[in-house]
Amino acid sequence: MNRSIIISSVSHLVLIMITAFSLPFLAKKPIDLPPIVSVELIQITDKTNIPYAPKAKKIIEKIKEKEKKLVSEQAPPKKVKKIKPDAVPLPDDKPKKVEKIKEDKQNPEKIDNEIKQVSEFEKKELFDPNNIAALIDKSKVESAETIKKNNKITQDQKKNVENAGLSLSEEDALKAQIFGCWSIPLGLPYNENLLVRIKLQLNPDGTIQESEILDHARMNKPGQGFYKVLAESALRAIKLCQPLRVPTTGYERWKELQLNFDAREMLEG
Amino acid sequence: MKNLIILFLILIVPTNALGLIEVDITRGNLNPLPIAVSPLSIDDESKKSFEKTLKKKDIGSEISKVIEKNLKTSGLFNPLDKNAFLQAPDIAHLKPRFEDWNLIKAQALITGKVKNVDDKLRVEFRLWDVLAGKEMMALAFTTVPNNWRRVGHIITDKVYERLTGEKGYFDTRIIYVAEDGPKTKRIKKLAIMDQDGANNKFLTLGNELVLTPRFNPTSQMVTYLSYFRNLPRVYLLDIETGIQEVVGDFPGMTFAPRFSPDGKKIIMSFAKDGNSDIYTMDLENRIVEKITNHPSIDTSPSYSPDGKFICFNSDRSGYQQIYVMKSDGSNVKRISFGNGLYGTPVWSPRGDLIAFTKLHKGKFYIGVMRTDGSGERLLTENFYQEAPSWSPNGRVLIFYRETKTDDKGEGFSAKLWSIDLTGYNERLVGTPTDASDPSWSSLLSN
Repeated sequence: MNRSIIISSVSHLVLIMITAFSLPFLAKKPIDLPPIVSVELIQITDKTNIPYAPKAKKIIEKIKEKEKKLVSEQAPPKKVKKIKPDAVPLPDDKPKKVEKIKEDKQNPEKIDNEIKQVSEFEKKELFDPNNIAALIDKSKVESAETIKKNNKITQDQKKNVENAGLSLSEEDALKAQIFGCWSIPLGLPYNENLLVRIKLQLNPDGTIQESEILDHARMNKPGQGFYKVLAESALRAIKLCQPLRVPTTGYERWKELQLNFDAREMLEG
Repeated sequence: MKNLIILFLILIVPTNALGLIEVDITRGNLNPLPIAVSPLSIDDESKKSFEKTLKKKDIGSEISKVIEKNLKTSGLFNPLDKNAFLQAPDIAHLKPRFEDWNLIKAQALITGKVKNVDDKLRVEFRLWDVLAGKEMMALAFTTVPNNWRRVGHIITDKVYERLTGEKGYFDTRIIYVAEDGPKTKRIKKLAIMDQDGANNKFLTLGNELVLTPRFNPTSQMVTYLSYFRNLPRVYLLDIETGIQEVVGDFPGMTFAPRFSPDGKKIIMSFAKDGNSDIYTMDLENRIVEKITNHPSIDTSPSYSPDGKFICFNSDRSGYQQIYVMKSDGSNVKRISFGNGLYGTPVWSPRGDLIAFTKLHKGKFYIGVMRTDGSGERLLTENFYQEAPSWSPNGRVLIFYRETKTDDKGEGFSAKLWSIDLTGYNERLVGTPTDASDPSWSSLLSN
């Protein structure tokens, strides 16, 4: 009797031990998940606040006025009338024109005067020492004329330069400088309109007097957070780059400059 | 006559004189943004109390190190050397001297303050635009002290989002299969860690073979495959409670269970009557639905983020290629047409790309392509690598890579690696053991 009780209790004990050791998952602690983090918003200091609404309003009004002006000043692109079919030479006219050209080119008299091939002997005969002075005088007149012509050209060019935009090399220099300064925010959605237009007022040394985002209203529009990020990156690039590599002359033409930052090409890869 | 006058005027008025000179900037640099992460300031009293509870000398400095490391690994930021900082952290947090930060070429600055408030950790931080000289963001967090690493991750997420325009991926976890032992007798356990490799924990004991753990996109739930008595079983594991349940026993070869975007279904492939097709299982009523019905082998299904489409791989063309179909199985289209074999397609959480593994001429590639199959880009090449998984913002991929064994059968290892979409920022993700089959969670703080 006692023996069987002992055997029973021993085997029970063994069973309990086996269960305890062979089921270690019982001892497995549940995974402790970190508690929730509460977040509160802090007021942004007055000094560093984002432009106030009234200021933004003024800017928006300014832009609107400018846009209106632009509309009134810049007439819609003129429809240039297509050249009338009358201008196309009629079959009857064509031969006439061809004839004219033939006449111009194959005028034997003129050719004789201008390019007459001569032998060495003939050249000697043609040479007249008395005409040297006249030749010198003529060359003087010609050179004076060319100087005059050159002067005319430079004055015209100057006018053109003042009126025209930047030359290709000037533009390239400026672009290359800003390319190096602009860190494109890589997370932007490339299928959105990613064009930021910034108008700059520049000092003669290329430093920035004032910068203005032309689509400022879009900065605070809901769902346009990426635009704000892009605009800020463009502003950083301008500030980082200044003084900008502007031409040394012609301040009047580039004192106001518009930079169009477009990230699509880069982001599309 | 009128037209002639207008034409005359156009010719006379120099049009350029009226116009503003415009210059188009269509290129920029992809250099990492120089950023200064100032150590978070802390008062002496709080410092002492946190030193006791957290065994960290300066918890403010530790949090800033977490932020700095996160920003550096993203490849988009270049945290500047702290030794170059001229301004004390507490003063910088009140009003930075922007000239000083400008001097060391910082374009952005992070400052902060840590305080003990009723035995809780209160962290306040500000993000400054150094060039514009203004504050961009200010936030404060309150939590239990043990949560200090998460605070660092959350701050990084906020900074990343503010400066790049897309959500971060730092307050996340990675679940993976931890491997140990010789190649022929591997012990495989389910393990979880923070995205930076910290807080590693094993979730199973290694008695059973575990495969392909996948996170639920909406909650902290994991589905994985495990072999019980040599039969594949699909499990659900709740990370919060640690409770796991068997979704079902499936026949033959079962592969890669994955959640639908709403987390209500599991999609997987298994072989029935010798034919491998794609099935979904509703987790509420456990009804199994057959999605593909083709004599070829269809595997590795993955939903698009809107749940309307499924990408998968199939050998129906003779070679394993990637296909896209509607979620009801209709309108199947092949999208991969390059040389080689394509597998393990995974739809990006952004919805714009599909990541895949490619085998070509004996080499494995991790790549991405658009959802219509265009714009294929191979990001990385190696002896053996596969199973890409997207970060929640769709910018980074994590995958595993195996090394060759030598003649003696030694030298084998499997490690987790990450690479971003540029293909340049490739990094080893540290794990205590060998690792495979990683899966990235959604943001914890969402």
